[in-house]
Amino acid sequence: MIPERLVNWIVFAGLLAVPLWAIVVDEPFTITLVTRAVILAIAAVGLNIALGIGGLVSLGHAVFFGIGGYAMGILAYHAQTYTSLDLLGMSLAGTKSMPIIWLVAVVMSALAAWIIGLLSLRTSGVYFIMITLAFGQMFYYFAISWSTYGGEDGLSIYVRNGFPGLNTLVPIQFFGLCFVLLCIVLFLNARLQNAPFGLALNAARQVPTRVETVGLNPMRLKLVAFVISGAVTGLAGALFADLNRFVSPTMFSWQLSGELIVLIIIGGVGRLYGPVVGACLFLALEHWLGALTEFWHVYLGLILLAIVLFARGGIIGLLTGKEGAHV
Amino acid sequence: MSTLLIIEQVLNGLQFGVMLFLMAAGLTLIFGVMGLINLAHGSLYMIGAFAAAAVAGATGSFVLALAAALAVAAIAGALIEMTVIRRLYGKAHLDQVLATFALILIFSEGTRWLFGSFPLFLDIPDYLSGPVTLPGGIQYPLYRLTLIAVGLLVGLGLWALIERTRIGIQIRAGENDREMIAALGVDIRLLYTLVFAIGAALAGLAGALVGAIQSVQVGMGEPVLILAFVVIVIGGIGSIKGAFIGALLVGLTDTLGGIFLPELFKLFMEPGAATQTGSALASMAIYILMSLVLIWRPTGLFGARA
Repeated sequence: MIPERLVNWIVFAGLLAVPLWAIVVDEPFTITLVTRAVILAIAAVGLNIALGIGGLVSLGHAVFFGIGGYAMGILAYHAQTYTSLDLLGMSLAGTKSMPIIWLVAVVMSALAAWIIGLLSLRTSGVYFIMITLAFGQMFYYFAISWSTYGGEDGLSIYVRNGFPGLNTLVPIQFFGLCFVLLCIVLFLNARLQNAPFGLALNAARQVPTRVETVGLNPMRLKLVAFVISGAVTGLAGALFADLNRFVSPTMFSWQLSGELIVLIIIGGVGRLYGPVVGACLFLALEHWLGALTEFWHVYLGLILLAIVLFARGGIIGLLTGKEGAHV
Repeated sequence: MSTLLIIEQVLNGLQFGVMLFLMAAGLTLIFGVMGLINLAHGSLYMIGAFAAAAVAGATGSFVLALAAALAVAAIAGALIEMTVIRRLYGKAHLDQVLATFALILIFSEGTRWLFGSFPLFLDIPDYLSGPVTLPGGIQYPLYRLTLIAVGLLVGLGLWALIERTRIGIQIRAGENDREMIAALGVDIRLLYTLVFAIGAALAGLAGALVGAIQSVQVGMGEPVLILAFVVIVIGGIGSIKGAFIGALLVGLTDTLGGIFLPELFKLFMEPGAATQTGSALASMAIYILMSLVLIWRPTGLFGARA
C-alpha cells in the first residue's frame, strides 16, 4: 500500500510534467486537454468541500459552474461589442480582464450559493439532492430563455480574456494560470480541512446532534461550506468558459452536476486530491476510450458501477488501502 | 382567451399529469419500500418506448407494442434489480445516485448502439386517431383522451393492488418494518424484485404511450425523470397519493403556465418583453413550485420521512 502523501505528490508532478513534455514534442492539444482536467479539478475540489467534508450531496453544482461561465461570457460580450451593461440603473462597461472576471464570478456564485443554501438546507437527505437538482434546472431553463445573451445557442467570445503580464492565447501560459489557481484552491482546502471550521464541519456531517450540544450551529457550518464550495466551482466555470471561449446553457445542465460528483467518487470522497485524480482519470478515459469506441459511456458506466460497488474509497482508496470518508 | 381554449389546455395538463404519475408512482413506490433513489427510472421509460416502437414496426399492432413495452421494461427492471440495485439497499444515497447514474450511461449508450442515433416513430393506431367532440362542442384528440383514461385506470388499479390485495399488504408492511415481515415468512427479496418490476413496467408503459405522440429517441427518459422527481418531492417521497396529486399539479402548472403567464405579463408589459419574461418564468414554474412546497413543508405535501 502506498502512503496517500506519495500518491498526491505523484499526481501533482504528473500534472506538471505532461504539459511540459507536450511542449517538447509540440502537441498543443495535449496541453489543452490537461488544462481542461485542471479546470474540472478546481470545480470538483469546490464540490468536495460541500460533499466530502460537509456531506451535502448537491446535484446542482452546475449552477455555480454556469454562473461563473456566464459572468465571463456577459462581461466579455459587452467588452467585445463595446456596449454597456445596464444593471439596476447603473451603466457598467464590460471587461476582458481575467482578475476582474474571476472576482465577479466568485462573488456572484457565492451569492447564489448563499441563497440556494439558505433555502435548500431546510431539507435533508433525498430532499436536499432533489431541491438542488431543481435549482439547477431552474437556472438551466432560465439561461435557455435569456435571449439577450444567446439563449439556447450560447455566447461566443472571439479572443480569450487577458491576464496582466501573460499572453493567455499561448496554451502553456493559460495552463500555468489554471494550475496556479488549482494549487491555491488545494492549499485553501487543506487549511480549511484542518482548521477548527473544517473539523466542526466534519463532525456536523457525522453527528449533528453532538455538534449542536457543544454549542455550534450545524446549519451555519453547512451554509458557510456550501457558499465556499459554490464560489470555488464558480471560479472554475469562468476558467472553463475562457478555455472554450464559449458559454451555453449546457454549463447549467444536470449531467454536468452528475459528472462533478462522478469525478469525486472516481478519485475518492473527502480526500484532498480525490477530485484531481478523478478529473485526470475521467478526461484520460474520455480521450482514450473515446478514440477506441463511439460508445465509451458504456465503459465509463461499468467502471463507475464497479467503483461504487467494490471500491468505496475510489482510486486513492484503492492505492492507499483506506476507505476514506463516508457520506 | 376563450373558455374552449382553457378547457383544452386543462385537458392537456391532465394528460401530461397522468403520464407523469405513471413514472412517479414507480419511483415513489421504490423509494417508499426499498429506500432507493433510482435515477435509472428514465432509462426504463426509454426501454419501454423502444420496445414498443420495435414491436409495432415488426407486427403493426399497437396493442402488442404496449404489451411488449410492459414486458420488456418489467424484465429489464427485474434484471437490474437482481444484478445491481439489490446491492444498493441500505447504502448511502450518494452511492445510489452514482450507481444508477452509471446505469443511465450504460442503457443510453447501449440503446444508441442497438438502434442508432436517429429517432424512431411509433404511430397512433387508426381507431384511436382523430378528434372527438366533447360536450360543449370542444374538439379534442381521442388519443390524448385515451391517455388520461389509461392513466386514471392504472392509478385506480395501483390503489386497489396496494390497499386491497395480499401483496399490497406485504408491500405496505415492508415499508414499515422489513425485518418483521421477513421474520413472518415473506420472501423479502422476491417482494423487492416484484416492486421494482412493477415500477419499471409502469415507466415502460408511460414511455410507449407518450412515444406515440413524441419521437422515440435516446435521452428521452431524462427530462421526464427529472419531472417525475419533482412530482414525488412535491407529493412527499413514498406516498402514492402524494405522487398523484403532485403529478396533476406539475402537469397543470407546466401546461397552463406556458399559455397564461405570457398573457398575464401582457397586462402590464409591452407584448415582446411580456412573451419573453412570461415564457422564461413558465419554463421555471414547476421548479419554483417545488422550491416553495419544500420551503413550506420540507418533506413534501404527504411525506412522512426524509
